[in-house]
Amino acid sequence: MLSIKNLYAQVEGKEILKGLTLDVKPGEVHAIMGPNGSGKSTLTHVLAGREGYEVTSGSIEFGGSDLLELEPEERAREGVFLAFQYPVEIPGVSNIQFLRTALNSIRKHRGEEEMDAGSFLKLARQKIGMVNLDPEFLKRGVNEGFSGGEKKRNEIMQMLMLEPRLALLDETDSGLDIDALQVVANGVNALRSPERSVLLVTHYQRLLNHIVPDYVHVLANGRIVKSGGRELALELEEKGYGWLNIDEDVAADQES
Amino acid sequence: MSETNAEVNQYIKRHYEAGFVTDIESDSLPPGLNEEVIRFISRKKNEPEFMLEWRLNAYRQWLEMQEPEWAHVNYPKIDYNAISYYSAPKSQKDGPKSLDEVDPELLRTYEKLGIPLHERAALAGVAVDAVFDSVSVATTFKEKLSEAGVVFCPISEAIQSHPELVQKYLGSVVPVKDNFFAGLNSAVFSDGSFVYIPKGVRCPMELSTYFRINALNTGQFERTLIIADEGSYVSYLEGCTAPMRDENQLHAAVVELVALEGAEIKYSTVQNWYPGDEEGRGGIYNFVTKRGLCAGAGSKISWTQVETGSAITWKYPSVILRGDNSVGEFYSVALTNNRQQADTGTKMIHLGKNTRSTIIAKGISAGRSDSSYRGLVRVGPKAEGARNFTQCDSLLIGSQCGAHTFPYIESKNNSAVIEHEATTSKVSEDQLFLCQQRGIDPERAVSMIVNGFCKEVFKELPMEFAVEAGKLLEVSLEGSVG
Ligand SMILES: Nc1ncnc2c1ncn2[C@@H]1O[C@H](COP(=O)(O)OP(=O)(O)OP(=O)(O)O)[C@@H](O)[C@H]1O
Ligand SMILES: [Mg+2]
Repeated sequence: MLSIKNLYAQVEGKEILKGLTLDVKPGEVHAIMGPNGSGKSTLTHVLAGREGYEVTSGSIEFGGSDLLELEPEERAREGVFLAFQYPVEIPGVSNIQFLRTALNSIRKHRGEEEMDAGSFLKLARQKIGMVNLDPEFLKRGVNEGFSGGEKKRNEIMQMLMLEPRLALLDETDSGLDIDALQVVANGVNALRSPERSVLLVTHYQRLLNHIVPDYVHVLANGRIVKSGGRELALELEEKGYGWLNIDEDVAADQES
Repeated sequence: MSETNAEVNQYIKRHYEAGFVTDIESDSLPPGLNEEVIRFISRKKNEPEFMLEWRLNAYRQWLEMQEPEWAHVNYPKIDYNAISYYSAPKSQKDGPKSLDEVDPELLRTYEKLGIPLHERAALAGVAVDAVFDSVSVATTFKEKLSEAGVVFCPISEAIQSHPELVQKYLGSVVPVKDNFFAGLNSAVFSDGSFVYIPKGVRCPMELSTYFRINALNTGQFERTLIIADEGSYVSYLEGCTAPMRDENQLHAAVVELVALEGAEIKYSTVQNWYPGDEEGRGGIYNFVTKRGLCAGAGSKISWTQVETGSAITWKYPSVILRGDNSVGEFYSVALTNNRQQADTGTKMIHLGKNTRSTIIAKGISAGRSDSSYRGLVRVGPKAEGARNFTQCDSLLIGSQCGAHTFPYIESKNNSAVIEHEATTSKVSEDQLFLCQQRGIDPERAVSMIVNGFCKEVFKELPMEFAVEAGKLLEVSLEGSVG
């Protein structure tokens, strides 16, 4: 599904990812943890094709093709979805209009017919119910005046609408109350299937109680420094990142 | 970040869809302006004596006037003797009685512009008074309107059929001496629309007119007069688009609205004239005087406009609130791109007691364009309890464009309440990326964001017009962002 090999990437001339390698197979859920500033968001942005994130070497293969060749919107249409760490507002553009445009762009790409307004509304109401948001939110501007938790739920709602093959969730659990955490987890679990994969960036192992990952990785200083099963998350929670000798790794990196 | 701007700019390059010229032969006057030309125009139109005198008087006054220089725009000096002041499509001489008689070439032109007269007019229930160059070609739904007692016809026809109304109201809102362009228009106006809604009548349909400019070097001097008698209501739609040209073309229209006691006039414009190429060559100069008079108590005039065209726009639809408790509104979206320059705004002149006005102006600047909002709110000494609310929002796309706001407030009455709000924002990289990440083309994304920005104004437009306006913005930003 997703195969990242020895990836180096920089932002504004600053190297952030330094030889990252990661393999995600269909149906798998991978959790990525790691200290602040280690490059987790950068990785999701590089995958989504955000402008300004320059890949200097390495490769990313997605579903058998070279992901780096594609424009951000093409990646999205191919099934890459990013739930943002900080969702932005688009004033005046209703959620419903935004989502319908998005869904129809993706359907068009797949050679499917545009969804008519009626069926679309029905679908949207169903999905918004799954994240416990009032259907009134569909009429409001995209994230306009939404609370932090509402924004995160809205991201999950969009994911449920667009049914991506690869979902990248960047700290979707941050700032959520207990109920909302459950809602987000339910959303992701509803999407889980043998064809879909999930990359979950999180700082807290509690999310992993609800979304049980197949693998847990520690990203530090731009590369994966440790991988394991879900018990690794528990270990990290208990011991922190110190025992992984990340600092030595950083020091070695700076010397070279 | 500069990379992003370059990318954004790439998307703003627009492609003008309405750029083509029909080859209907024109029956035009050679360029030049003098009293003989005015007599010729008046004779051609078989006008009564009072009309010729009115034109000649306007011409003489105009000769004494100065072209305004204070607007925030630049353009080469116009040679008024290089303009031809009369042209009419040849095949129209005998006057078509129905659409079947209309030159098919002309109908095809309208269709290319997305104005399929016969179908769309019928489907939407809109009466279309289509102006091709200086002469009206087809008028539909006349019967239904005349049943209601509504007069909707070319002003040249109204001069023949309702001279008393024309004589009473023409120039009553925009006097001949008002400004340089209005003076010129008064002297040489070609044609335009005339509307009269009788007392207590609610006009049974939206009235609509489409303008185009076609014959080479022909300035357009449209003249529109709308009178809503006591307690009546009318909604009037104006839309225009023009073929691609090499030379700058002058357009100096005058629109006058009169609302008597308790009457309401809603005037909506979607304007899409050729703005010139990327360097601004060949676009239309649009110098328009639009003004409404709330003559009677409790009357209301509302201007809604969406402007994307012209190389230069100079336009201030205004309302004179003379009647007590009268209401003036101005909702505007002005989009400028490439080298376009726009200096637009409104004037709300409060004279009567408890008069209220609302101004919502949205400016969108892209490319290297420059747009200015200039608004005047004046409250006279007798305008006890007058209120105004003004909101000006600017949206910048890219970093090479500019937006300016010049609010002027003159209040001679202490009881007046005048509020002003202004914001400037940018289409952000984050917004664009969010859209793209959801599979939406950046171009589509920009147009969606821009449409969202304009929402408050679009909701004032009649339904079909709002859809059209949205499409127009999309076309105007086409080939643009990145
Ligand atoms: N546009 C940018 N300009 C300069 N530095 C940047 C930019 N974007 C990210 N960085 C830097 O890259 C590093 C990695 O950032 P990133 O957001 O990927 O971290 P993260 O692992 O997601 O951290 P967190 O856990 O705090 O979300 C940080 O040092 C950050 O300051
Ligand atoms: Mg992050």
